[in-house]
Amino acid sequence: MDLSAINPALLIASLMVAATPLLFAAIGELVVEKSGVLNLGVEGMMIVGAVAGFATAVETGSPLLGFVAAAGAGATLSVLFAILTQYAQANQVASGLSLTLFGLGMSALLGQSYVGVKPPQMQKIDLPVLSDLPVVGPILFGHDPMLYLAIALIAAVWAVIKFSRIGLVLRAVGENHDAAHALGYKVVRIRILAILFGGACAGLGGAYISLIRVPQWTEGMTAGIRWIALALVVFASWKPWRVLLGAYLFGGVTVVQLNLQAAGVAIPVEYLAMSPYLITILVLVILSADKSSAPAALGRNFHAAR
Amino acid sequence: MTEVLLSLKGLTKAYPGVVANDSVSFDIGTGEVHALLGENGAGKSTLVKMIYGLVKPDSGEMTLRGAPYAPGEPRQARADGIAMVFQHFSLFDALNVAENIALGMENPPKLRDLASRIRDVSETYGLPLDPFRTVGDLSAGERQRVEIIRCLLQDPKLLIMDEPTSVLTPQEVEILFLTLQKLRAEGTSILYISHKLEEIRALCDHATILRLGKNVGECIPAETSASEMAELMVGSALTPPERGDRTFGEVALDISGLSVPSPSAFGTALRNVHLTVRRGEILGIGGVAGNGQDELLSVLSGETLTEADAVKLGKDPIGTLGPVARRALGVLAAPEERLGHAAAPDMSLTENAMLTGATREGLVKNGFLKWAAAKEFAERVINEFDVRTPGPENAARSLSGGNLQKFVIGREVLQRPDVLVVNQPTWGVDASAAAAIRQSLLDLAAGGCAVICISQDLDELMEISDSFAALNEGRLSAPRPAAGLTVEEIGLMMGGAHGMEVAHV
Repeated sequence: MDLSAINPALLIASLMVAATPLLFAAIGELVVEKSGVLNLGVEGMMIVGAVAGFATAVETGSPLLGFVAAAGAGATLSVLFAILTQYAQANQVASGLSLTLFGLGMSALLGQSYVGVKPPQMQKIDLPVLSDLPVVGPILFGHDPMLYLAIALIAAVWAVIKFSRIGLVLRAVGENHDAAHALGYKVVRIRILAILFGGACAGLGGAYISLIRVPQWTEGMTAGIRWIALALVVFASWKPWRVLLGAYLFGGVTVVQLNLQAAGVAIPVEYLAMSPYLITILVLVILSADKSSAPAALGRNFHAAR
Repeated sequence: MTEVLLSLKGLTKAYPGVVANDSVSFDIGTGEVHALLGENGAGKSTLVKMIYGLVKPDSGEMTLRGAPYAPGEPRQARADGIAMVFQHFSLFDALNVAENIALGMENPPKLRDLASRIRDVSETYGLPLDPFRTVGDLSAGERQRVEIIRCLLQDPKLLIMDEPTSVLTPQEVEILFLTLQKLRAEGTSILYISHKLEEIRALCDHATILRLGKNVGECIPAETSASEMAELMVGSALTPPERGDRTFGEVALDISGLSVPSPSAFGTALRNVHLTVRRGEILGIGGVAGNGQDELLSVLSGETLTEADAVKLGKDPIGTLGPVARRALGVLAAPEERLGHAAAPDMSLTENAMLTGATREGLVKNGFLKWAAAKEFAERVINEFDVRTPGPENAARSLSGGNLQKFVIGREVLQRPDVLVVNQPTWGVDASAAAAIRQSLLDLAAGGCAVICISQDLDELMEISDSFAALNEGRLSAPRPAAGLTVEEIGLMMGGAHGMEVAHV
């Protein structure tokens, strides 16, 4: 066993990379749930985003276009969910789960010719002085732009929900859709916009896995992220900064356990592999003991006519 | 009345199977308090929803200050100076007062400025309110203040109030009336919806009476007696329930020193509740909604279990018995919420009859259900309580509120209870059906049953109960004989104006 092979600076840097897909998916789902909709189709939208982003990047040679396509693909798939739940009044849980199954199947079909292909690399941000700093440089200033976008999204969602009118209306719709309707707010329209935002975020998260984290295309490569993203939103008590904390914790434990596996620690691999899930959930459960409550209308369909 | 502010001409709105409003016309003057009177289902709510832009009329027109007025959505109505306080408050529990108010405004100022404006308005109109409190923690009276202030901040020309006093204590009603009179003095018109006649006589300048969607008459409330208005409203003279002579037997139900923690975040804990009911007695329990009514009912019905000795049937402790065991012993309950608590909405009336009647009516044999007997029982309830429905195979959801209420009360009454607990037995029921339900409770008591009637309708409690107690923040006042209680005394038992004085108006 050789723990000295583990480099702390590299570890933290790769932790941030490992956490970013989760960050995208969870912040999107947070906004969706704040509006009172429970979309369990996160994985479907992620995997479709992953394949769409991968294919676009390979065909055009531009990872950036790939990410744009991924966001579009995730949002497009979420339109299906929006139509089912907001117009057809279908059950949200069933619609979300079927969205995942549909997304998995469709992405496998679309991705057949891309198995084993190498995608173009995304340029890392290179800040002349900052990136060359010892320790801090590689940790904070040596990443790709998408990673910073994820963090910026967390900050933006937090600010919008807390300080802006749009955020207030979003919370109101998720809290009591009948009252919001009585005040003249367009409940269905606001929810659809939230669902689209969630879809685009999930798509970005998927493409981050296929284009940067792995980077290649394999079927079902987003496995497991969906459940942790959903759990993250709940146990973070619908608070953006706690989502960031949870995601980095998850990413951190994932990276550490991979390093430990590589270093040959005498713990069975299965235990190491389950540790990120266990530890993240455990910490967030303890954090959420303050009983910050869920949006009161979460998962309930809204009928305007009454 | 000086000049006309809003004029309605021939407004008609039909829903499948029912005409909610049939060519209704009347005028509201500037600076006038105009009452809209009518039974449940008379079409009052539909009418004001049309004025507020939530519902589009099928035909007819409105003019506001002489100009045609056809709001497509509430936003437009608000822009034209029309504001509305809803019957079921349109508030968001998890948000604070200022956020709730901002949601009802077109162009809200910054939260800090808004807070100071809320303080100004609330002081001017004698409605004390802290802008940063979470609405979920407020009493019903305070919640209504939030709604009223939300309206006042937009400087309305017409304020619509849909049954504003149904959730208030008498003292809170007084504060509200002072506020409304001040508004009227400033030239604001008020459209006041209620079926409480004495209130309307005290407050309103003019009244329009609706029955089955039609305008059946207008009157000056101060010059018209309550019984005349009631006749216009109902269409026939009402016979008040007969009390009859009753003798009280031994103690049937005894609760002593009962304390139960709150079951949920926005619920109420019961604190040291004592009560006894004798056979043949009706105990009325008043109090503003949310002061422990639901919790008390669930303790009595067996949904919430307590220590064995806290609840006694005669001398036997039953605190640890669940609802089915209590039913077998003759302790029956009809909760308030009709859809979802008292009845399963998507199940038929026969199935609903089976759900509570199985034990006492012998509808189960060796674990198998006797559907024929259940159907017969459901039909008996339908016939004896005049439930208007095509038959027992209809879903509970398809009945109107009043009819379903008759069914859920009748279902318990016909099971020959020894102790019957009802919560809001006539909530949302029209006057004649309410009279019938009250009569059945009186008859039941005359037959030796002990009845506990929890209600927010004080008139109802005064009409039927022998003794009266009030719930306030989970505490039950000592029961007093109902005969001779004054409104002031009752108000104080209910907790007065919830610790808030009338500010200087």
